[in-house]
Amino acid sequence: MDTALEDGVAATSSIPLLSVLVALTLCGCDRDVPRRLQPAPGASTGVETVLVPEKLTSIESGEVDARGQPLRVPCVSCHSLKEPARMPDGPEALQEFHRGLQFRHGELACTSCHQADAPQSLHLATGEPLPMTDVMTLCSQCHGPQARDFRAGAHGGMTGHWDLSRGDRTRNNCVSCHDPHTPKYAGALPVMPPRPKHPSPTPEDRSHE
Amino acid sequence: MNDFTRRTALKGAGATLGAAAFAHAMAPLTEWTKDLSLDEFLQRHYKELTPEEMKVILRRLEEETKQEYGRDVTIQDLPPQEGVSFGYALNLSVCIGCRKCAEACHQENNHDRRTGNSYIRVLEMEQGSLDLERGNADYDHAVPAPGKYYLPVQCQQCDNAPCVKVCPVQATWKEQDGVVVVDYNWCIGCRYCEAACPYHARRFNWSKPEVPAEEINPDQGYLSNRIRPQGVVEKCTFCLHRTRAGRLPACLEACPTGARVFGNLLDPKSPIRWVLENKRVFVLKEELGTRPRFFYFFDK
Repeated sequence: MDTALEDGVAATSSIPLLSVLVALTLCGCDRDVPRRLQPAPGASTGVETVLVPEKLTSIESGEVDARGQPLRVPCVSCHSLKEPARMPDGPEALQEFHRGLQFRHGELACTSCHQADAPQSLHLATGEPLPMTDVMTLCSQCHGPQARDFRAGAHGGMTGHWDLSRGDRTRNNCVSCHDPHTPKYAGALPVMPPRPKHPSPTPEDRSHE
Repeated sequence: MNDFTRRTALKGAGATLGAAAFAHAMAPLTEWTKDLSLDEFLQRHYKELTPEEMKVILRRLEEETKQEYGRDVTIQDLPPQEGVSFGYALNLSVCIGCRKCAEACHQENNHDRRTGNSYIRVLEMEQGSLDLERGNADYDHAVPAPGKYYLPVQCQQCDNAPCVKVCPVQATWKEQDGVVVVDYNWCIGCRYCEAACPYHARRFNWSKPEVPAEEINPDQGYLSNRIRPQGVVEKCTFCLHRTRAGRLPACLEACPTGARVFGNLLDPKSPIRWVLENKRVFVLKEELGTRPRFFYFFDK
């Protein structure tokens, strides 16, 4: 009899406790559901632009303008007027123009990419002419894996928006990062040099001692 | 006179000592008032704030930044996006270890200028080794050095995050888009999360961050790059003030070799999905079961 009574009391008292627990659990779950969400990405309205670096249409003169900006000379300034000289076999043969050009790009010759009679323009492996600004098509003939990765957005870097429904994106050109004559990416000195692990304390820090 | 017993004297001395000890222990509280307003002290947990309360808090924080740092900033609380789950991948074949990503992070996220803090640590690693503990983050010579490769490490935004589990006050949690965030106003600074993270990805604000007004990034997020108070833990948030507005993270834009790929894991046409499907990706310390959202790969 006594035990039955005790059981009854325990049972009744556990009902409100249980409901409180259930309520708490529900609240707990609710807290992990975000209050609100932004709408899902919509249709791609943004534009992806590939950079066309200046060096594809002009060359540094070594001079600076009145504002101190490097002065660039369009390729056509010389190449449209001057009767083109015979395309040299290698960069060391360049005596008058483009002197000091470094070349480390496999076994290629100048004419592998440049048109022999119009060096300011390119040609594909088929011989088909190609404007200098379409240089990426030229590179892609040999560098297929890189071209494939680039098309997928996994090579070359970008700036702007990952979500093209909210803005545009700019992609680097092959020649933005690689000098076509010496394409191996140059090294650099790292930025953010290491600092002492324990910087000397400021007067404010000392006040806590 | 006889009433003043040895017992009374000891009681009195004990009480005095106790009171003195209590006062000494509580002394730091009085110093708090210098940089902790009552509103801030009474502020509730991020998840319990109504949009109206959040609006008030954001305006208050903007005002405080103006007062303390002398810069007009905009602090937003951008929520996660429906149908978006972030992922990041890094091509170790092209990373040269220039630390431009760490620098961009430093500037974007309003890190303390004195300590040169950043959420990214670039480790110089022996080729053929993946032992993070033997990586050197303090290299200071031309890169890439022969025989080495470079492993930038930041928050891996783990789906099974040890840092979230150990937080005694639930001041850190995983958001719906996969980003692990910290409520800087709820964090008690115990640093359990910092100790729990196998990637050393969390940072602690030992002192009040110093950033010159002209260097402050005014585009700020409540859960990301607003200037953190002293004594709280902070971490990489995939730049959620940028990425939740559709923009790319600052470290990705800064990378001169294009080693970084970011995007929506739920979009089958995104670059990140292409990398996961076509490259041999791996995660750091997979054996710990943390399930990172940060992937690494080599080209060959």
